[in-house]
Amino acid sequence: MPKTIPKDSVGIVTPQCLHFDEPLTLRSGKVIASYDLMVETYGTLNAAKSNAILICHALSGDHHAAGYHTDADGKPGWWDTCIGPGKPIDTSQFFVVCLNNLGGCAGSTGPTSLNPETGTFYGPDFPVVTVRDWVNSQLRLMHRLGIAQWAAVIGGSLGGMQVMRWSVSYPEKVRHAIMIAVAPKLSAQNIAFNEVARQSITADPNFHNGRYLEHGTYPKKGVMLARMVGHITYLSDSAMREKFGKSVDDPANPAITNPSIKSNFGRDLRSGKLSFGLDTDFQVESYLHYQGERFSERFDANTYLLMTKALDYFDPSVDYEGDLARTFANSNCRFLLISFSSDWRFPPERTREIVDALLEARKPVSYLEIEADQGHDAFLLPVPRYMEALTTYLQRVSDEVNSQGAKS
Amino acid sequence: MMRPDLDIIQHWIAPGSRVLDLGCGDGGLLEYLKNTRQISEIGLEIDANNIQECLSKGVNVIEQNLNKGLQNFGDKSFDTVLLTQTLQAVNYPDVVIDEMLRIGRNCIVTFPNFGNWRSRLYLLRKGRMPVSKFMPYQWYDTPNIHFCTVRDFDVLCREKGIKVITRTVVDHLHQGNWYIKLWPNLLGETAIYHISR
Repeated sequence: MPKTIPKDSVGIVTPQCLHFDEPLTLRSGKVIASYDLMVETYGTLNAAKSNAILICHALSGDHHAAGYHTDADGKPGWWDTCIGPGKPIDTSQFFVVCLNNLGGCAGSTGPTSLNPETGTFYGPDFPVVTVRDWVNSQLRLMHRLGIAQWAAVIGGSLGGMQVMRWSVSYPEKVRHAIMIAVAPKLSAQNIAFNEVARQSITADPNFHNGRYLEHGTYPKKGVMLARMVGHITYLSDSAMREKFGKSVDDPANPAITNPSIKSNFGRDLRSGKLSFGLDTDFQVESYLHYQGERFSERFDANTYLLMTKALDYFDPSVDYEGDLARTFANSNCRFLLISFSSDWRFPPERTREIVDALLEARKPVSYLEIEADQGHDAFLLPVPRYMEALTTYLQRVSDEVNSQGAKS
Repeated sequence: MMRPDLDIIQHWIAPGSRVLDLGCGDGGLLEYLKNTRQISEIGLEIDANNIQECLSKGVNVIEQNLNKGLQNFGDKSFDTVLLTQTLQAVNYPDVVIDEMLRIGRNCIVTFPNFGNWRSRLYLLRKGRMPVSKFMPYQWYDTPNIHFCTVRDFDVLCREKGIKVITRTVVDHLHQGNWYIKLWPNLLGETAIYHISR
């Protein structure tokens, strides 16, 4: 619990639920007649409405990107390290918008919402939504807020894919596209991990073909497993080594009887004495259990299935015979891409594919490959060089916004 | 103050053209060319502090190591490719020159002339690798691993069939007077080549 809210926090924030009545035709051809979007905003929209930044969330994120919901809130929003007064995405300069995407489970219309046609939960009947569908719904939100052009659209991972889609589909509506830890589409390995996650959910006896809510139950075990396997792909080998176990040089470590043992690079990974059974023996096991458990308490299984499908389906070059450079031909914004050295989910080479396509398309692009140990998760962490780069880049964006204001 | 070689080369850049700067440093040259020649620019750099400087100047910069190749750049995809005071620091200068000429319609290369009389005199008198204000490194820790002279570069251009559009050699006051023009390899400190294929 934050005893006092830090100075560089956006403070207590209240999400708002916006209702949209205009039907949205999805890429699959299905139509959502009406829907709600859960939205949070931070900072103040200027008179010219030119200082708005859209934040796109990743697989497990939602609209609560920064600040606290109540005084008793233990944890701030998922990107609080980056968003706030004086932070890289500076809310004293920008009006920041973040929403829970369609199909989500944090208040926007999704599988846990009531289907007006049937009067019961959507559950597995909620249509598969794609990154393109999300961006189309974000465009409606943009119109609702009266914003003609985003000063920047920013996202990491699946969020970065939404940024890419914005730059391709609505070139005139984005000034700067900032994509972090992103790939132009998933690799076979990425899809494989997603499929393991989906199988673990659908194989849970409590899944009931996705109608678990009607059965008054929940595939907790399946969601836990899905999250555990996902979580492993977000971390790097070295990040896990760093995180778990005690140093063998640590005199307070009773498990070590012979300090000269330097196995596991000087770490003892055990949580205590070995059980010689199937109990938890190593810290990494209990960590994954804990992460999976916590996640399963807040995240809907059907939403997880939808989100991983949106990832698998993402490929903006699909309309251009797989030619990524041609995909960006009409883009009209400046691009900043950032990757992290130890990210093996979307490694730097994958981000480079996008950079190279942008170079081929002759677009203004900057690219940074940040040395970081934390794996894919680094995009959510305050890695100093990463924070400095974002701060500096966005300061230029802010200067641009202000000089435009001076001209008009 | 503008580095002498930079002031000269700006006149070879067409307004509104596309410019790639290999080893763009803090982005100073590209920023200058953006302001004076309205170029669209891409800089390549590997030093984190320099990259940060480029971002703060609003110069497009890609974190990429020249020594690992430039295959990601298409043929004739830039009007001009620049390599200023970097030639001597790359692993394979001849490969980089070939790649530049493939990527750019024309190229500008500047390098410190190791044939300058000061270097010659230093080596002759002390019998040791020259160390000066401009080349402050010892032989074992220098990033400059491929020093060459104006004459060396002329030979390379001839052997590779590279067209030298303009060759200018200047001293540190950035003057190219008659005696430097007469003895460029002896008196020149910085060589500036405008080349194409």
